Amino acid sequence: MLISVLAITALGLVFGLGLGWASIRFHVKSDPLVERIDALLPQTQCGQCGYPGCRPYAEAISKEEADINQCPPGGETGIRALADLLGREPKPLNPENGEEKPRTVVVIDEARCIGCTLCIQACPVDAIVGAAKLMHTVIESECTGCNLCLPPCPVDCIDIIETKPGILSWRSPRPMTENIMAAAQ
Amino acid sequence: MRQSRQVELARDAGKHIHHFHGGLRLRHNKKISCQDPVERPPLPELLIVPLLQHAGDSADPYVNVGDKVLKGQQIGQCQPCAAIHSPVSGVVEAIEDLPMSHPSGQAGPCVVIRPDGREEWVDLKPINDWRTCAPEDLIMQMQDCGLAGLGGAVFPTHAKARDGRDRKIHTLILNGSECEPYISCDEMLMREQPDKIVLGARIMCRALGADRIIIAIEDQMGAVQRALTHAAECAECKRTSVVKVTTIYPEGGERQLIQVLTGLEVPAGGRPSDLGMVCQNVATAAAVADAVAEGKPLIERYITVTGNGIEHPRNFQALFGTPFSHLVEHSGGYTKDVARLVVGGPMMGYPVASDATPVVKGSNCVLALTHQDIAGYQPEMPCIRCGECARVCPATLLPQQLHLQIKNGLWEQAAEYGLSACIECGCCDFVCPSHIPLVQWFRYGKGQQRQRALELDATERARKRFEDKEARLLRAKQERAEKMARRKQMLKDKAAQQDQIKASIKRAESRGTAQDDA
Repeated sequence: MLISVLAITALGLVFGLGLGWASIRFHVKSDPLVERIDALLPQTQCGQCGYPGCRPYAEAISKEEADINQCPPGGETGIRALADLLGREPKPLNPENGEEKPRTVVVIDEARCIGCTLCIQACPVDAIVGAAKLMHTVIESECTGCNLCLPPCPVDCIDIIETKPGILSWRSPRPMTENIMAAAQ
Repeated sequence: MRQSRQVELARDAGKHIHHFHGGLRLRHNKKISCQDPVERPPLPELLIVPLLQHAGDSADPYVNVGDKVLKGQQIGQCQPCAAIHSPVSGVVEAIEDLPMSHPSGQAGPCVVIRPDGREEWVDLKPINDWRTCAPEDLIMQMQDCGLAGLGGAVFPTHAKARDGRDRKIHTLILNGSECEPYISCDEMLMREQPDKIVLGARIMCRALGADRIIIAIEDQMGAVQRALTHAAECAECKRTSVVKVTTIYPEGGERQLIQVLTGLEVPAGGRPSDLGMVCQNVATAAAVADAVAEGKPLIERYITVTGNGIEHPRNFQALFGTPFSHLVEHSGGYTKDVARLVVGGPMMGYPVASDATPVVKGSNCVLALTHQDIAGYQPEMPCIRCGECARVCPATLLPQQLHLQIKNGLWEQAAEYGLSACIECGCCDFVCPSHIPLVQWFRYGKGQQRQRALELDATERARKRFEDKEARLLRAKQERAEKMARRKQMLKDKAAQQDQIKASIKRAESRGTAQDDA
């Protein structure tokens, strides 16, 4: 009787120490939930959610400081994905944060640009290149359409344009009701 | 052990005829367009040469409006793709967006050339010593001559050859088994130019480093087999064998053909070169012969103009840029009850809105359908889970599952079920008793998958760039802080030094006064 009690206690102690050691040794600093939320956000870094970027918003959601319906670029699909991940009910986008719009990019009218570098500093993804008193330009493929460069521009030389669907970005549409294959029958 | 068995089977390609899963026996309808010898139609008034003929970006034009061009002169280049050449000598009338052969029906950039009728060629640079020259020279010649797969996929030939050189290729398979109904351009080419095909195959063999050639033809092509065998004998090419395969649609597909010849499956996501084989269309081989032995760039191809909507179906050797309407006109015109024009065959083709659409590298057939042909269309009904589609699928997929997954947007599941392995042959669609347009669903699904992959990539890049910028700003801040601290320290040091100097001066002075006093 005594032996078994002692044995179990000893085992408990050994395993307890092992677990304690492992929790320190293999401690994961960042919260994996934040990563998973961040992976669902569109990475526009536009700040429309009220946080300075997608990651801070993800952190706020994980701490339940922010709701899941504050991201206009993610739109309805984004909200649904977040709701799925967090096991909550999806809800409509909060109109205070903005509305869901088609994807846009910005272009700089290079003739009007005075080279003040304010937009470069404002761009969250470094998609604007240029130097002081020299012309700036937007790398279109890297522009997320956050429009954060618009307010600081002193000469209003940045315009929003919708991304045009070309022949290369064409995708097969959802099936229509037509069938040419009858000819082989 | 398994590996060596695989190599053995691959090496024995063509010795036995195997089978692939599923497939269909379809009515051929090829004979109607094989009655007349192939001719070149007269020059059309205008040639419209699209700059986008391959997958990838459209080519940049090398010419300007008003330029005079010669036949075979290069007019466009897009780096990883094949070059584009002028099919005639004449004047560039315009460079503008015009309707072209594309499932979207969208317009794309085209060079419009008005022929001058003189047919002046540029200086051609044939490689006469192809038997001895470096394989890389042959591959470069293929690239310069704008060669691309003429079976329909338009994959640049030089890229395939280069990939083949890098991975030991032992067998070159020439695909002459165009299995889709109505299309007969490959058959006509094999009948009329067997020597050229064999020559092209030998050149490709040299470029690839392969040691044998298999020309696969359909079992109904007796005359073709004789012609090709004779051509191979004349060329004293003992490495060439002509193999008949059973005509089951879609055995003309690259993967299916390899399975028929070897009994091996090309792994999903892999390429035939994984098995030591390269598959090329017979028309591509003929184009290689033209390019290397004569230096002629790819500016024309065999094309079938057929269907019940054409008065006199036949094959043409048409220049790229020739409008379909011109070909139809020279095959007797449309019948009265013509209803729709399709590019490609009835199984895999797509309808085009206008017959002003030009011939491009990938156009193998123009099919005019009548009202009666398309009257068999019936509205889509719910899936009854009969499994017929899975029975006929040559890629051994489960179309009924994929259909539901795509319909419901379950993209991860659809990917897991092998959506990307679908070859869009249309067998499932054809047998579906509920008339579900399955292939259209799969094309839609693939498009969405591609779009999602692109978006995911863009998101990842944006995340990375955002994090990098944050890190950079943080680093800059830290560096500034360190600099400030260093400067403060330096000032402090300076002050301390001065204090020290002052103190020592004071000491010296006080000592001096003490001595004076003494």
